[in-house]
Amino acid sequence: MAAPLLEVEGVVKRFGGFTALNRVTLEVRAGERFGLIGPNGSGKTTLINCVAGSLRADEGRIRLAGQDITTLPPHRRTRLGIARSFQIPKPFTSMTVRENLEIPLEYAGHARHGGAAEAADILREIGLHAKAHLRPAGLTQIEMRKLELARAMAARPKLLISDEAMAGLSSAEVDDILAILFRLSAQGITIIMIEHIMRAVMRFSERIVVLDAGERIAEGTPAEIVRHPAVEKAYLGE
Amino acid sequence: MFSWDLLANAVVAGLLIGGFYAAVSLGVGLIFGLLDIANIAQPAFVIVGAYAAYVMNGAYGLDPILTGILFTPVFYVVGAVVYRVYYGSFERRGEESLRGLVFFFGILFIIEVSLSLKFGVDYRLVQAPYIGKSIDIGGVGIAYRYLVPCVVGIAMTVALYVFLGRTFYGRAIMAVSQDRLALRLMGADPVQIKTIAFGIGIAAASLAGALLITIAPVVPSTDRDYIGRMFAITVLGGMGSIGGTLVAAVMLGITESLMSTFFGPSWSQAVSFGVLLLVLAVRPAGLFGR
Amino acid sequence: MQRASLTVVAGAAIVAAGVALATLRLNPYLYFAGYVILQYVVIATAWNILGGYAGYVNFGTPAFFALGAYTAVALIRSLHAPLPVLILAGGLVSALLGLGIGYLTLRLRGTFFSIATLALSVVLQTMIINWEYVGGSRGISVIRPPGPPFGNYVVFLFTVMLALAVIAVTVARLIERSWVGRGLAALRDNEEAAECMGVPTLRLKLFATTVSGFLLGVAGAPFPYYVTFVEPNSAFNLDYAVNALAMPMIGGTTSWVGPVIGAILLGSAQQLATVTISSELNLFIVGVVLVGFVVLAPEGLLGLVRRLRGR
Repeated sequence: MAAPLLEVEGVVKRFGGFTALNRVTLEVRAGERFGLIGPNGSGKTTLINCVAGSLRADEGRIRLAGQDITTLPPHRRTRLGIARSFQIPKPFTSMTVRENLEIPLEYAGHARHGGAAEAADILREIGLHAKAHLRPAGLTQIEMRKLELARAMAARPKLLISDEAMAGLSSAEVDDILAILFRLSAQGITIIMIEHIMRAVMRFSERIVVLDAGERIAEGTPAEIVRHPAVEKAYLGE
Repeated sequence: MFSWDLLANAVVAGLLIGGFYAAVSLGVGLIFGLLDIANIAQPAFVIVGAYAAYVMNGAYGLDPILTGILFTPVFYVVGAVVYRVYYGSFERRGEESLRGLVFFFGILFIIEVSLSLKFGVDYRLVQAPYIGKSIDIGGVGIAYRYLVPCVVGIAMTVALYVFLGRTFYGRAIMAVSQDRLALRLMGADPVQIKTIAFGIGIAAASLAGALLITIAPVVPSTDRDYIGRMFAITVLGGMGSIGGTLVAAVMLGITESLMSTFFGPSWSQAVSFGVLLLVLAVRPAGLFGR
Repeated sequence: MQRASLTVVAGAAIVAAGVALATLRLNPYLYFAGYVILQYVVIATAWNILGGYAGYVNFGTPAFFALGAYTAVALIRSLHAPLPVLILAGGLVSALLGLGIGYLTLRLRGTFFSIATLALSVVLQTMIINWEYVGGSRGISVIRPPGPPFGNYVVFLFTVMLALAVIAVTVARLIERSWVGRGLAALRDNEEAAECMGVPTLRLKLFATTVSGFLLGVAGAPFPYYVTFVEPNSAFNLDYAVNALAMPMIGGTTSWVGPVIGAILLGSAQQLATVTISSELNLFIVGVVLVGFVVLAPEGLLGLVRRLRGR
């Protein structure tokens, strides 16, 4: 069994009196394709925010490759190897697509020189090469999602968190994004996929954890998850 | 220095001024608290209301508060127009936050300078039968010039509260700020609802201005004294909660009055801004935040 | 590259013209007005480092400017400190205030930050009004030390402000072209995304607020010698707040050239209007021009030129 890249241990996050995450524990192994699912409001995005650093866990520990990152600010975590895409794309609107990539390349990817060449490589890989000189406002919906992934890749991550990168896309476009994620996984990048499109998560993930109301209710391979009674209850109700 | 009489007087004065502060802050509560539009020109509109009362009072001997009520339709239309310009230039393009702020700052400045050009920088005041009289209750003197604005201010607060809670447009305004889905279900157009809300917010400035000049003489730059108060009260009151606005206004009124009584009037100005800075830094959701 | 060198040449030409102006013995009023325009070049440039590059709108410009001026007043009264010391000290004290508002950005973004800076200005003014040592609300007369190093005082101060303007613009240009400038642009566009892409947003914001504060304080430090009578209403004048944002907005906020163009155009227009019409009317014009530009040409003159070239 490969060593864990990410360890989440007993993480609690409260907003006022509301407990969004209640002692969530999980491990993601190096190189793994990991799925995180759950109904709306189950705490998936909160958990991701705690891992990426946008939120700070109230209790519990988070470790990356053995190093405790629970209290590090997001930019430090990015430099250690965590990168994410946003559910609602958040591009740098005043910059071109290529310049969007140069920010993480310069700040997290440790590229002092030749950032432009690296940006071009990533854009080619993701299929945005032709749009390198456009501003994000000129991109289509799927291109915007690709930009999110490309920019996360430019941070040269060990762990890539893809937060609903496929929501609202057509079936062919979902396959397009899936293919990109499979290629990145083949390069050795560990990937956490948060997704509502079951077809995509089930196909992509080697292992899935299910959250419901801030608690971890199930873990297993896609085949096990589909048959899990608690999962069915969480999604379909009583 | 200290005496119970002084304290009682200060608290009563603070309570009275608090009712007036509520009236001044309702517009910002509506526009900034509920619509999330940073209209820092609001105090300038209040000053325009004060000058309208001054002109009508001087020319026709009209009661300032009556003028304030009569001018609300005019202010409403101005507000609706300002919102449409704001919407077309900033909100629709998604550039509202920074450039919108500068836009309103510019409007504030234009209004202030226009008033100085027209009326100069001398203090202006109004005449009314109740200005100058006062009643004495148990050793505490209450001037009508404060009592009347306080009562009108509380009446405005109640009226707005009822409007927001009980009427179709009122509920739609609440929905604009919190619940887009509910708004869609009501079949209301958000831009139209916001135009109405903005218009009402500016209309409130007409009456608030009349109250202002009833309490004390006014110069064009008086608006600056109210920027801090309005936003402090709105933030403290929990961003658009009408009840919270009233409570926060009274709290600020009493605090200022106490500061002014025991430390001197030159410090009372800093109170509202100090409170604002403190609240912003410690608890941005306000005391009564959701 | 060619455009860059062109702007350098243009900048050098302006400096040379300024120095030539200082050595020529022209109408003293020209130096007097020139000082104000150059002071606005410094103020607009300083404001833009935070407002234009990082996207944090500071309404508290008067606070920083006045803090520089009043630091100078205190040092003149207590130590008879020479002008370079005044400028440095004024800058440093304002830089500290800048660092303070930098920490405010931890909790306050967008509108709330701007309102807080406005509040800051009033609180500071109240404190100065209550501080008798620097004149309180009545103000204080400042006596210039006899004999400036060269020329007369107006020409000397004009030259000093010219040097400060060159320094401010150079600093702004260096920031803009460096990794710091690119990081600031990223956090201006989207702070959360910038942070998640490895940009140390807090550190960059603290840098921007401190440098911006420093330069605003520097602009205010020679003010006591320029006016010789300092009182709170003139030092904390709201006109500084309006001009500080109107000038970059008119020129264009994303480049160092924008505030310079805006300050020279609007500053000169104001000086002309003050002489020929009235000072109230000139402020009215500033307000109208500001609103007009924000609504009709949100990217300023630079943006307009770019758009015309693009077609």
